[in-house]
Amino acid sequence: MNSKLRKLLNEAISSQYFSFFVTVILFLVLYAVGIMTYKGFMRPQVFFNLFIDNAALIIVTIGITFTLLTGGIDLSVGAVVALSCMILASLLQNTGVPVPVAVLAVLLLGIFIGGVQGYLITAFNMQPFIVTLAGMFFCRGLTAVISRETISITNDFYVSIASERIDIFGLGFISIGAVVALLSLFIAAIVLKYTKFGRTIFALGGNAASASLMGLPVFKTRIMVYVISGFCAALGGVVYSWIMLSGYTLHGLGMEMDAIASSVIGGTLLTGGVGFIPGTLFGVLIQGVILTFITFQGTLSAWWTKIVVGALLCIFIIMQALITERKSKLSSKSSIEAAKQ
Amino acid sequence: METLKKITASPLFLPLFALAVLLIFNIIFVDGFLTIEMTDDGRLYGRLIDILNRSSSLIILSLGMTFVIATSGIDISVGSVIAISSAVCCTLIGGSGDGTAEYPMILAMLAAVLAGVLCGVWNGLLVAKFKIQPVVATLILMTAGRGIAQLITEGQIITVYYKPFAYIGSSIPGNILPTTIFIAIAMILLVTFIIKKTSIGLFVQSVGINSTASRFTGINVTFVIFLVYAFSGFCAGVSGLIESSLIRAADANNAGLNMEMDAILAVALGGTLLSGGKFNIGGSVIGAITIQTLTTTMYALGVSSEQLPVIKAVAVIILCLMQSSKFRIMFNNWKSRNKVGPQGEKNFLMDEKAVNKA
Amino acid sequence: MGDLLLEMRQIDKVFPGVKALSGVDFTLRSGEIHSIMGENGAGKSTLIKVLTGVYPRDGGSIYMEGKPIAPRTPKEAQEEGISTVYQEVNLCANLTVAENIFIGRQPTKHGFIDWKQMNTRAQELLQKLNVDIDVTKTLDHYSVAIQQMIAIARSVDVSAKILILDEPTSSLDEQETQKLFTVIRRLKKQGMGIIFISHFLEQIYDLCEKITILRNGELVGTYDVAKLPRVELIAKMIGKDLSALKDFDKSEEKSVPSAEVFLDAKNISCIGKLNHMDVKIHKGEVMGFAGLLGSGRTETAELLFGINKITAGEIVVNGIKMSLDEPMKAMQQKIAFCPEDRKQQGVIGDLSVRENIILALQAKDGIFHHIPLKEQIIIADDCIKLLNIKVSDREQLIKNLSGGNQQKAIIARWLATNPELLILDEPTRGIDVGTKNEIQKMAVTLAKQKGMAVVFISSEMDEMIRTCSKLIVLRDRNKVAEIEGDAISSENVMRAIAGGDA
Repeated sequence: MNSKLRKLLNEAISSQYFSFFVTVILFLVLYAVGIMTYKGFMRPQVFFNLFIDNAALIIVTIGITFTLLTGGIDLSVGAVVALSCMILASLLQNTGVPVPVAVLAVLLLGIFIGGVQGYLITAFNMQPFIVTLAGMFFCRGLTAVISRETISITNDFYVSIASERIDIFGLGFISIGAVVALLSLFIAAIVLKYTKFGRTIFALGGNAASASLMGLPVFKTRIMVYVISGFCAALGGVVYSWIMLSGYTLHGLGMEMDAIASSVIGGTLLTGGVGFIPGTLFGVLIQGVILTFITFQGTLSAWWTKIVVGALLCIFIIMQALITERKSKLSSKSSIEAAKQ
Repeated sequence: METLKKITASPLFLPLFALAVLLIFNIIFVDGFLTIEMTDDGRLYGRLIDILNRSSSLIILSLGMTFVIATSGIDISVGSVIAISSAVCCTLIGGSGDGTAEYPMILAMLAAVLAGVLCGVWNGLLVAKFKIQPVVATLILMTAGRGIAQLITEGQIITVYYKPFAYIGSSIPGNILPTTIFIAIAMILLVTFIIKKTSIGLFVQSVGINSTASRFTGINVTFVIFLVYAFSGFCAGVSGLIESSLIRAADANNAGLNMEMDAILAVALGGTLLSGGKFNIGGSVIGAITIQTLTTTMYALGVSSEQLPVIKAVAVIILCLMQSSKFRIMFNNWKSRNKVGPQGEKNFLMDEKAVNKA
Repeated sequence: MGDLLLEMRQIDKVFPGVKALSGVDFTLRSGEIHSIMGENGAGKSTLIKVLTGVYPRDGGSIYMEGKPIAPRTPKEAQEEGISTVYQEVNLCANLTVAENIFIGRQPTKHGFIDWKQMNTRAQELLQKLNVDIDVTKTLDHYSVAIQQMIAIARSVDVSAKILILDEPTSSLDEQETQKLFTVIRRLKKQGMGIIFISHFLEQIYDLCEKITILRNGELVGTYDVAKLPRVELIAKMIGKDLSALKDFDKSEEKSVPSAEVFLDAKNISCIGKLNHMDVKIHKGEVMGFAGLLGSGRTETAELLFGINKITAGEIVVNGIKMSLDEPMKAMQQKIAFCPEDRKQQGVIGDLSVRENIILALQAKDGIFHHIPLKEQIIIADDCIKLLNIKVSDREQLIKNLSGGNQQKAIIARWLATNPELLILDEPTRGIDVGTKNEIQKMAVTLAKQKGMAVVFISSEMDEMIRTCSKLIVLRDRNKVAEIEGDAISSENVMRAIAGGDA
């Protein structure tokens, strides 16, 4: 009996979805604690608010997950969010550009920034962290070049999008941003699971040399993931601007770590090749719950969220490292054990 | 011609050249750039002194960063560690308006540096023991660090009225030069001593160039990596003291802001490859002074501190391209007009393996 | 055997400074299992990589079923019907079995990947190879043996006409190997042409019909397995004419081992690397480890130096049982190891010759006992003189030295630590003849004059015969013989390596 249990446990730990299980359980536990501590937590709107308040982070996390899956990283996403907000604010307030055009411009910019970074990384073999770190500084600096002051968005049409409330069975409401986030999750999950491009991303992250030998388009795919990350950051910036209704140099500060943390907590391996979109959603939700907690508590500063998220990221990374080490020890014996069976 | 080639090939050429360009620019466009005067109480001041003063903390930071990069790693948490260190120091001295210190200043200073070392130890454990990628390991502290600093200062900006504290950032009465310059010199001497009198410099380079062969030679690779991150934390701790003394306050949000990029730039400019291996301390020092001069020059031109990162980002990319072997191949091919573009699908991954597996 | 499937004529391949292949011919028929053999550096891997589009060729031509082909990428080679299963199974451990088989060509429904169909077809493909597993699990759930079957299934499905197996049995045990062979024989019956690269003699004689032997990038010849006795095969691989060998055994004065045992390895083994080894190394002895590539020589050396830890048995040094689980522990026991792959494991390219030479000594002394520059210079200069290392300046970067001089510098590194046991793994590979002789003489001198125990591992038979007073013969990761004194001769060694019916 004992050895059977051990085997089951080993199976569970080595499953790719182990991290996901832990994350879901953690989320449920946190939520349960919230309900027990604060009466207000029971209201359905609290749950919906998680999606409204974190819509931008969800989208940005999706984008960064694509780069993490290939074993890369994108540190520029927070800065791209800020840049997007600032450009939107600047275009809408200072020029007569119609809203759809402004949004399109921002999305194209995101694609462009992602493309440039992806090309530098892929064609010149430059390390992703330094290229995207430079990208982060570039974009945030550019935001300040546009304006060092906050630009409030007062465009009527824009404000109406931002304040639109979609009713959910009378239990509460969500925002358009939340809808965009949910749609993005859905599309990303489909792409990663059901398209050749998506599967190539996993192969590339699992073993780039093998992927190349198997004839997969490694060069193109690697550039594309950075394009997607840039696009998602820009889209996240649009959604963020619906929440903040302003352009400001400090928007999205530290969002890259929130996104990486959410992705890792949701089951993405930093070494690449493993990741699960529903997991990344729960990673974001956990952050959201922690922040809600702190808001309800009232006295703790918001900085606590950053610290707790940092701690969670640490724990999950160490957990990943230990599991990987254990796995490699198990597999080196596997051929002999298989023979014994 | 020969001597010219020799000069340009020297690794110190690039930072010195950049520095010279900036200085000339300043001399031409800024009135009284070279003027150095003496105040009534016997201190030297002038723009040049100012640059040296402000570059001290960057020099110290770059010393630590040089070793980390030499092992093929990176430490992007240094800015936040500066925030933590300054928070510890100022909180311990206290911001009481009557100019007294809650704890002896020396104790506060030691505690601040110790805090920096602890942060470095933390990073070192994650990278060396748990083998986590340096960028992610230090990203954690980079983001959470300012929060920790905020907690220490209880969300306030602590202004220190205790007079001797300012001596770190400016000068101790009776000295003609700011204290920071002496601290920087002391750190440079310390590092030089370490490199000359111990074998750590050799081991660091060895690990960065070929960590497998280093292991085969008996070097304790894990320990070496751990040490460099701890030292980087130490440097950030010392820098934190200087930074907070310069403004006589602990500002958790702004202390050390963007300094990680400055440090990386200084090291890259100074000739150390970002991919690791041989390092150049002298180059990093000159690089730090050059970057500080660049910053000051930009400010003089009206660029704000939030906008400056754009220029630095471009500079880093250019330096990285110069260091990229693929780029140099492309560049040489373009020079001989062979119009060979960046390698496509086929040779993408094969390059490095090609010759060895004959 | 059927029609002509593949013809490679006069293939040349040049790398900077090295001519890897020179006028090589190779022919394969459908339904034929053909082996390519040769020692390290012989050119087998290069030939395969030229065929499969990993490298472009510099000369010669390739014909597939009579049609000239020139694959420029692995994908193009696949499209021509040439598939390879590499030694390091080139699949992705994080993907499922089914996905590994079909990636890049997954079946789709309305534009989206049809997982159900993919899984079903994968299951069928594997069942044809007698493998019945859950194809929805990720690859890393399965042993290397199964992973190879999956790689083969992928190759077969990509409608391969030619299947290349590169060292497929290196990680398999006896049972798994036989299962693999059953599959290969079935594919042969289906008309596939199979190229089988291996250094396991038994298996080649068991499975293959034809053998092509390469040496130093040139074709030695193509032979029928049935008509080539084992000993002759080995002779051709190492480049010796069997009769001419008898003359070579003239030796200089070899060193006489003392009775003192420095190191006693009792029944040591390491899972996946070495099955069984018993060896006593005496002071003043030059001992050789003989055997083909992959027989376990380097693995043994690495266990004695603490690169890997033994999983059974014990190592006794100077009478005391030791746990050598890291290089420093071995170094403290005065053991030194000059590794086989000097580029990856030896040379620290961007450091100077001086720094490379004193590195191990410095590591031993530790961080705080820095060897003063003056002393480093003396040590380095002494070594340079002693080993006749050609450098313009001791501060020259070691990567700019020739291979031979680099090797000498690495040997110098270990000599500087004043070891009692010096293990040299392929110290003369890729080096000019003059330097080879110097190194061989040095090994003997060290044993004779300094009483050092020396282990000399080399793929070149006459080197070991000339220098060693005892030879341990390994085959397939086991020790199979110990030959000493007058019994040392090329013929005896080769018979020991060949085993079976020579």
